[in-house]
Formats: sequence, structure tokens, C-alpha cells
Amino acid sequence: MTAPAIELKGISKAFGPVQANKDISISVMPGTIHGIIGENGAGKSTLMSILYGFYKADKGEIFIKGQKTQIPDSQAAIAAGIGMVFQHFKLVENFTVLENIILGAEDGGLLRPSLAKARKELAHLAKEYELNVDPDAMIENLSVGHQQRVEILKALYRQADILILDEPTGVLTPAEADQLFRILDRLREEGKTIILITHKLREIMDITDSVSVMRRGQMTDTVKTSETSPEHLAELMVGRKVLLRVDKKPATPGDTVLEVRNLRVTDDKGVERVKGIDLTVRRGEILGIAGVAGNGQSELLEVLGGYMNATGDITMNGATLPLIGKGAHGKSRRAAGIAHVPEDRQREGLIMEYAAWENSVFGYHHDPAYQNGLLMDNAGILAKAQEQMDRFDVRPPHPRLAAKNFSGGNQQKIVVAREIERNPDLLLIGQPTRGVDIGAIEFIHQQIVNLRDQGKAILLVSVELDEIMSLSDRIAVMFDGQIMGERDPAQTDEKELGLLMAGMNGEAA
Amino acid sequence: MEKMPHWADIVLIPLISLVLSALLSALVILAIGENPWTAFKLMVDGALMRSSGWGYTLYYATNFIFTGLAVSVAFHARMFNIGGEGQAMLGGLGVALACLYIPWPHWSLAILGASAGAAIFGAFWALIPAYLQAKRGSHVVITTIMFNFIAAALLNYVLVSLLRPRGSMDPASAKFPEATHLPTFRDMFSTADNILFRGAPANVSFFIALAACVLVWFLIWRTKLGYEIRAFGHSESGAKYAGISPVRITVISMLISGALAGMMAINTTMGESERLVLNFTEGAGFIGIAVALMGRSHPFGVFLAAILFGFLYQGGAELALWTDIPRELIVVIQALVILFTGALDNMVRMPLEKMFLALRKGDA
Repeated sequence: MTAPAIELKGISKAFGPVQANKDISISVMPGTIHGIIGENGAGKSTLMSILYGFYKADKGEIFIKGQKTQIPDSQAAIAAGIGMVFQHFKLVENFTVLENIILGAEDGGLLRPSLAKARKELAHLAKEYELNVDPDAMIENLSVGHQQRVEILKALYRQADILILDEPTGVLTPAEADQLFRILDRLREEGKTIILITHKLREIMDITDSVSVMRRGQMTDTVKTSETSPEHLAELMVGRKVLLRVDKKPATPGDTVLEVRNLRVTDDKGVERVKGIDLTVRRGEILGIAGVAGNGQSELLEVLGGYMNATGDITMNGATLPLIGKGAHGKSRRAAGIAHVPEDRQREGLIMEYAAWENSVFGYHHDPAYQNGLLMDNAGILAKAQEQMDRFDVRPPHPRLAAKNFSGGNQQKIVVAREIERNPDLLLIGQPTRGVDIGAIEFIHQQIVNLRDQGKAILLVSVELDEIMSLSDRIAVMFDGQIMGERDPAQTDEKELGLLMAGMNGEAA
Repeated sequence: MEKMPHWADIVLIPLISLVLSALLSALVILAIGENPWTAFKLMVDGALMRSSGWGYTLYYATNFIFTGLAVSVAFHARMFNIGGEGQAMLGGLGVALACLYIPWPHWSLAILGASAGAAIFGAFWALIPAYLQAKRGSHVVITTIMFNFIAAALLNYVLVSLLRPRGSMDPASAKFPEATHLPTFRDMFSTADNILFRGAPANVSFFIALAACVLVWFLIWRTKLGYEIRAFGHSESGAKYAGISPVRITVISMLISGALAGMMAINTTMGESERLVLNFTEGAGFIGIAVALMGRSHPFGVFLAAILFGFLYQGGAELALWTDIPRELIVVIQALVILFTGALDNMVRMPLEKMFLALRKGDA
């Protein structure tokens, strides 16, 4: 019987009063892929940080290949054969692939010998694992999928045989994700051990051999993937039965609310980000914009939200909206009946240092209803915020708590509550459930569908294809600043959308 | 969850920093062969134990309240206005012009007019850096400090070439008319048989400074503008999303900041020297930075920090007067206080945060 590649026994870690990991034990056999799934804040990242030497566990032991091992820092983790691929890549953008690979693993003071050695090694790795990357390409010129390969190569170059991947598919197209999984499969065949951290149930079901579920810092269960189901895993994650599908009636679209014609956006670097988009959103329907992050969806939302310059025509209920100059700002957009849940709630939708009640009027703070003579009606806003938080089940329901002290899901609820409460004609909503726990996802999706059923128009942008497919009444796919095509969700599938997201439309392929 | 209680953040940290700087100062005094305890007693005695001492302490504090508030308002919009010195100089010019060329019937009207002059001139001096920052991205730290030098040169020119009375050898304006002289604390609080604040320069503008504290508090925490200023200061991207114009907020908060710095001149120029003199700001614009840092950009904190620095100024003068401790050493002591309360904030904060975390863990 071989020893487990990696075994954790009774790992505990607390940050002040917060018990991030409590008595966690896992054992992963060599040559397997082990999934760790859990909601945000369940303690997955803390556990992996302990394994990679970023944090020191308060209690517990780590065994690598049967040997008890201390991992005080990441150097020790690398020495123990652990490699980590972070969600946000740690690559130097203006270095070549080769330079990035030897970074931190140079032998001696001169670069040339290590580069030559790395080049040979890289060719070998590429052949062995089908990890093809041009060693002389600049990182900034590589696609996200290739950048991720470089991260994997970096770990392999350092002789890692235990690979930890943290939410690896968050930034990939479905096709790129498939490629990644093929690579992981291949690594598994070669005897590497892989730990895959994710919140996507589908990935767990697709590729892992066994899976551990974490909830509130504890390991609730470890099961064989073949003996479980997505519903069962979701229940283990949340602690109650969860509706994974969105429950909605067919749409009954009415008049056109938003009409966009030939919209073009050029960013401050002079790069054209949106290249002539046309779209319409009608009353009582959800138009979903699918696409991999960075293909112009963010810019589209920002233009509609009034804080990005563009050319073209936008009409809202028949009236033209100004695009450049004085009239184009968030305030006038809100006055025109557009509410906006931005993609990044921490950078845009909320002021993290502001209390929940202050955030509850953010963007609408100049509304006379919130003024009391020269001053703001703080008491009134506070009372209203309390009521709003109760209705949207924001936890903890303390309006005086700063936004940064809420979990991702509850922060999002604060934003969604604020925007929906204004009873807008059009709701722009970007990545509504990014970093939001499953329980809150269900709630937020329901709010979006309810708003649609009240006859409001909704423009949904999401990189999660599942979300787009289950919520949208029509799907438009964006690639490279253009709309590649529009599909009826009932008559399309992930494969077709995935191709569109990669820039291949049916006729050309 | 906050790392430690709010009161520890605003009371305990400054207090500990202060004690540390006092201890270090004591060592320095000891090193040059003087008795730190006597020196400390002398400072307290000279600055706080007599009404005339208080008269000086509060006079200096008035300056620091204005410049401290100025820096605070800009801080809330995440801008570092280190041009308080230059803005105050221009404020002085505004005061002088208002006092010299408008025939005021009574000081109470004159102080309003002079305040307006000081505020407008100070705000004007902040406007150009603000505009450059908002429209061109030129950093206000760079532009405001350069504007300090321009202001000094400008003031020099105006005093020597334009405002200096014919025949005077002094680079100063003419004496302001009698009707613009402000009541000092002595005029206000002395009774026939009990003269208070004898010879001290503290005057009615101290109360204007107090009013400014209250107004700034309302502005920052109770008005729409303050809401927007703080939002912009915390997150520019958030402000854009909410339809708050970065250009507008940058310019307005710098205007308010410059106006407050300028208003310092009513205390010095109108209240004390009663004419415009060269270098009347005496570094108060820079002390304002330390005051704002120590006061956590909160008007009440600014008020307390300004009193402290007023005490250091006055106590330091006493030391120079009565001991062999050289004037330069007093600057060292002041610098230590600034260093500990401003720059080394984290040195005290981190262990304290750890301590509070440990305490809370013990409770849990």
C-alpha cells in the first residue's frame, strides 16, 4: 500500500476570533485528482495557504509521501514538491516565458546557463505533458489559457509532483477549460497528484477522483466523485437543499426599452474595445451577454452606466442618451431609469469603508428624498437601509457595519437591493454572482427573474455560461468587442456558445 | 470585524505615540546634560499654568487648527495638500488688502471681510494645483509644494514693491486701521481687578477656528458634498460609478482646503501683527500636516492635536528662554512628536492590534 502523496491531520487555523480551518484532515493518493469545494469563506484558500507555507497552522500535522513535513514558507513547499497555480497569475508581464520560468530558480549569477537549461527542460516537459508554449513569447502577448500553462510549467520546472490549482477556470473559455482538463488528465496519468480548488460543481464532477467539501472552516465530508451528485455536493456545501436550476416562466417581452446602435469604445491606450455593437433589450426580458472576460462586456456596461466615453447611438424608452460630454454620467443615467449592479462591487458598487447604510444610497445620494435641508437625512437613510437589509436577508443585518465586513454574497445583496429598490426601467447587472455563495446565488437569481416578471428590462453580463443559460431569455455572445451572434437559450448548447465565445461563428467554422 | 475598538484607534494610539516621543525627547535632553523633568515642568509651567501662557498656546493652536483642518479636508478626498504654507501666505495678502483698502466701521464686520479675503486668496492659490491634478494628472504634492515657493516670492515682491509704506525699511505693509484691530483674550476676559492673558496674542479668531471645526465636521459627515468627498477619497472608481465627478470633487475639496489654510492669516496678520509681515506663517502650514495626521483628519482630533502643538511651540519658547537648551533642540522635540504620531503610526498600531486580537480571543 503506497503512502498518500499528501496527508493533513487535524489542521486548525484561527484569525483572531474567526476559525478559518477547524480540525481538517485529508488524504490524497498519488496519481489522483482531488477536488476541494466550498463556498467563499469556507476556508479553502486558508487551507491551501497553509500547505504552501503562507500561513502557519495553529494545530495539526502535514505528511508528504508519508513523511512528516514542516512547511514554514513557500521555499519549503517547493522543496517538498508542492507547486501552486494561483487564481491571479504571478507572472512578469514583460518577461518572456523562459525568463518567467527561471525567475526565483536561477542557478548562479549568470542568466545564460539557466536559460539554456530551462529551454531544454521546457522542451522535454512540453513533449511529456503536451504543454506547448513558445518559450520566447512575451507573457503579455499570450492568451490567458497559455499564461496559465506557464504557471503550471513553472511548478513542474521546480519538480513539483503535487500541484494545487486555485479556481483555475475562472478566466478561461469553455474550450480553454477543456484543454486545461486534458492537461490535468495527462499529469494524472504521469503520476502527479493534483488538488483542484473550485466552487464549480460541474468541474468537480468532470475531472476529480474524490472530493472534499468544506463549510465554515470544517471539512463536512470527503466522497468518491463517482458516488456523488451535484445536488448532494451542493447540499453538503450549503447545509440545506439548494435549487440549482432557476425557476422561471417563459418571458413575455414588451416594448423596446434600450436600443444600442453601432456602439464603439476606445480606451485610454487607444485600443478599440467595443467595435460597433447593436443590441435591443425589451420590457420583461433578460438579455444575457456571454463571453470570456475582457472581450468588451465591461466597457459596454460602463458606457451604459455613464462613465465611459463612446460613440454611437443609445436610446432609452425612445429618448437619445448623451454619450460624450456633460450629460454622460452615472447621475443622468440613473435619472433616465437605468440601475446598474456593476461587475466589481468592491471597486465600484460599494465604498468598502462606508457603512451599509451609507452604501444603501450610493449613487442616489443626491435624491431630494435623502436630504434634510442642507444636510443629508442620515437617520432616514439608516432606517430605510435597515428595512432593506431585512427584506433582502442581508446578514448580519447591521446597517452600521462597514461594507468590507460583509461576506461577498451579502455585499452583493446590498448592491442588488439598492438598485432594485429604485424600481428601474432597465437593470444592468454584471457578474451578479461572482464570489457569491450558493445560497445567495439562488436568492439573487430569483430577484432578477422577479424584476423581469414585473415587466422590467434586464441586461445581464456574466462570464459564467451556466448562469447565462439558465437566466437569459436571449443570449448574445461577445468576442473581441463584437457580438458574434444571438441565440435562443432553448435552441443552443454550451458547445455552440463556447465556439462563439472563442470567436468562431457557425458559418466560418 | 474591526481589528480593535474605535476608541483605541483615536485615543490610545496617539497617546502612546506621544508618550514614546516624550521619552525619547527626555533621553535627548538628558544627553546634553539637562534635567528632562525640570525641562518638562518648565514647558508645562510656561504654556499651561498661567493665563498668559495659555494665551500663547491658544494663539499658536488657532493657526494649527486652520492648517490642520485644511490638510484634513484634502485628506478625505485622498489628496495630500502640502501647500498650506503658500495658501496661508496668500491668505495673508487677502487679509491685508481687505483691511487696508476697505473702510470697515467695526472689527466684527472687518473680521468677516478679512476672513472672506483670506479664504478667497487661499482657495485661489489651491485652485491651480487642483485644476492641474484634476485635468492633467499633475500630482498635487508636487504642485502645491512648488506653489509654496512661488507664494513666498510673490509675497516678498508685493511687500517690498507694492505694499511697503513710502520710507519704511521693513518689508511689511502699513499698520491696519484701528477699526480692524481684533479684541484679544485680554480685552475679552479681563476684569478691572484681574488682568488675564497679559501680553498674549490669542484673540477672537480662536473662536472662528472653533466654528471652522464644527463647520468642517458638518461638511464632511452630514452633507451630500462631504459624502461625495469621502466616497471619492476611498475609491475613485466607485465615485465614477456613482456619477460623482472626480474633477469637481478634486477642485472643490482643494478650494475648501486652501480657503481654510488661508484663514489662518486672520489670526496672525489681523489679530497679532496688525499688518502684513514677511514669513508670518512660520511653518504653520507644515505643522498642519502633522496636526491632521495626529488628529486622524477629524475636526475634534485636529483641535486636540493643535492644542498639543500650540503647547509645544509655547513650551519650547519658554525652554529657550530659561534654560541652556538650544532652540534647535526644541525643533528636535517637535520633530519627534511629528515622527511618532504621524510617520511611525504603524509601529504603535501593529502591536496594539495584535494585543486586542489576543484579548478578544481570550474572551471567545
